[in-house]
Amino acid sequence: MPSYVNPEKCDGCKALDKTACQHICPNDLMVLDKESMKAHNRDVSMCWECYNCVKICPTQAIEVRGYADFVPMGATVTPLRSTDSIMWTVQFRNGDLKRFKFPIRTTPEGEAVPNGGYESAGDLNSQDLFTEPASLGLSEVFTLNK
Amino acid sequence: MANFETVVVETDLLILGGGMAACGAAVEAAHWAKQNGQKVTLVDKAAMDRSGAVAMGLSAINQYVGLKDGKNTVKDYVDYVRNDLMGITREDLVANIARHVDSTVHLYEKWGLPIWKDEEGNYVHEGRWQLMINGESYKVIVAEAAKNALRESGVGEIYERVFIVGPLMDGERCAGAVGFSVRENKFYVFKAKATMATMGGAVHVFKPRSAGEGMGRAWYPPWNSGSSAYFTMKAGAEMTCQEVRFIPVRFKDAYGPVGAWFLLFTSRATTAMGGEYMVERRPELENWGPYGRVKPIPANLRNYLGMLDVLEGKGPIYMRTEEAIQKIAEEFKDDEKAYKKKMKELESEAWEDFLDMTISQAILWAASNVRPEEKSSEIAAAEPYFIGSHSGASGAWVSGPEDLQTGDTKNEYFWGYANMSTVPGLFCAGDASGASSHKFSSGSLTEGRIAAKAAVKFIVDNNSMPNVGDAEIEALKKEILLPMDLYEQHKGDTTDPEINPNYIKPKMFMFRLQKIMDEYAGGVTAQFTTNQAQLEKAMELLAFLKEDSEKLAASNHHELMRCWENVHRMWQAEAHVRTMLFREETRWPGYYFRSDTPKIDEEKWKVFANCKWDPKSDNWEMISRPVRQIFA
Repeated sequence: MPSYVNPEKCDGCKALDKTACQHICPNDLMVLDKESMKAHNRDVSMCWECYNCVKICPTQAIEVRGYADFVPMGATVTPLRSTDSIMWTVQFRNGDLKRFKFPIRTTPEGEAVPNGGYESAGDLNSQDLFTEPASLGLSEVFTLNK
Repeated sequence: MANFETVVVETDLLILGGGMAACGAAVEAAHWAKQNGQKVTLVDKAAMDRSGAVAMGLSAINQYVGLKDGKNTVKDYVDYVRNDLMGITREDLVANIARHVDSTVHLYEKWGLPIWKDEEGNYVHEGRWQLMINGESYKVIVAEAAKNALRESGVGEIYERVFIVGPLMDGERCAGAVGFSVRENKFYVFKAKATMATMGGAVHVFKPRSAGEGMGRAWYPPWNSGSSAYFTMKAGAEMTCQEVRFIPVRFKDAYGPVGAWFLLFTSRATTAMGGEYMVERRPELENWGPYGRVKPIPANLRNYLGMLDVLEGKGPIYMRTEEAIQKIAEEFKDDEKAYKKKMKELESEAWEDFLDMTISQAILWAASNVRPEEKSSEIAAAEPYFIGSHSGASGAWVSGPEDLQTGDTKNEYFWGYANMSTVPGLFCAGDASGASSHKFSSGSLTEGRIAAKAAVKFIVDNNSMPNVGDAEIEALKKEILLPMDLYEQHKGDTTDPEINPNYIKPKMFMFRLQKIMDEYAGGVTAQFTTNQAQLEKAMELLAFLKEDSEKLAASNHHELMRCWENVHRMWQAEAHVRTMLFREETRWPGYYFRSDTPKIDEEKWKVFANCKWDPKSDNWEMISRPVRQIFA
């Protein structure tokens, strides 16, 4: 059951039009049971363990239990993702613990500037893409026999 | 018919998909569409922030040429790709991506992707073309740039959770696409002047090694279901390299990346008997034409050497992590402090390699108490995938750019607009376009940009909305919703909706496809080996499957998507089998081996094996196209 939901923590993303996990799952696996107001993974054998539901859950109700058909039981890998970094806690079957922290972006969330500040004249009939040649760091785009 | 409202959306440029190529297309199209008064519509079956093959993240950017530093040339990259693909590559397409890809990587840095740098401020390479990144949010950042571009330019709109089934045609010209919402009762008709197929490659066409929960742990994501291939084939586009599947060798079962261990730690791979197949099997390389003598050794030949050992019963194959770490320890044997520092750094890098892109591998190591400094870990060949962006090559046959042709190639490889398929108005990029391998994430995004600019130009030159009749749309709607109707009609026939003589559910349909491909078309069970008789048997069974695809049943929107995803896979499978039958040689022995034509035949088969389905006659045509070298 790759990703699973802890019923104690899941609140069905109350008052929202859809749950965060339903919104994000790339494989359309997370569903909300309208009666219990709890989410679940409807087809665990199609889960890639991409952890996007785990990372996005506002109540940290979602965890991953390794694929039962080849992973020994007892280990956990848990992310804590903030706006600029992610912290991972890796708990081994034998109890060993490792922790890693990695940056995830260098700009404020939401502020990726499409042209990256690379301005160019722009000609629909040329081979240059809209940021080129500036974004190449060259004076022109490579071509044959010039 | 199921009660779905028909929603008609008219646009200029329609971008199908939300992955790297689609995001690149959106960023580029926004600029040119605004300048030319055009509208852009992007349709994603998931949520753009985390859709496509990079949804989990990546630990490296695999294509950066470094032109500005003068380290490599466009020709260097073309040479590398040509050799890796055993001579079969479209040099104009590979060069077109290679000359622009650095632009994309430089943009990534501005958008906020953390790319590793050394003390002098230069990018840290994992290999000649590969850059190390902190890529957990790679897709989030790229999607953000795409969304910002569409919003700021005011030209764009985005539909999420809409699954595209197939093309809308106006005679020979692509007129848009049809699909449905996976959330509400809405049937979507997108009418467009130009359409971009950027819906990824295909996974689960072949039976995966894991048959239980672990089935989802394909190396390439399970949501890549062959939608690009289906879309382009159904539009009548000529396809290329449909035989060139990819089989990655990765850490066994969880398919974690091996790049850091091979490249950063310079680890060896040895068998149970202690032998090193890359050394002992070297003479075998002589049998594979000039490609056995190039450096680096083509990926499929490296696979093949390992497979030969496994076939001889010398498995498992181990990544010798303990030995690699020991080697590093020896380098630092006089300075324990420096050793500890180095090891901490390397340990963090090795785990990040997993955590950024294959978290399952981290779980498997933790669950197996793996300490890489003490014990080797097993590596193995995964199952076949269709991924034209990586070391496979399958996709549509598209036009190259005009300025990268020679007198020799212009009539063969150029027909007006870069990355346009043989169907007017239908553009392809990423996994959707063929014979331009090794574009990976950065090259796919770049190719999306190239194709989008060309598509805007196409619209300027062909500025009329194609015509599609209401009757045709109604027929498509009926066909697409049929699985829901069948389910409603027959669900009461039995006491368990999963077993019913009048319909087949999508999961069992997928298993049936996978079994055919696995056993007869060179899957894992067949040790990646097939022959004419087996391929003909596969065709026979695929024909039954195709007939039964009209009996697919869906109890809800999600299953309706699964039904069509599996039809898409089935078409990818058919093109694959037909093309392996057509090519009477073995050229990529580590991807598949034709036991009845076991040798490479440079004289007869150094050509592209193309195929085309004719929408009018329902016939397939096999076409041989010349391979022409541009960068000699």
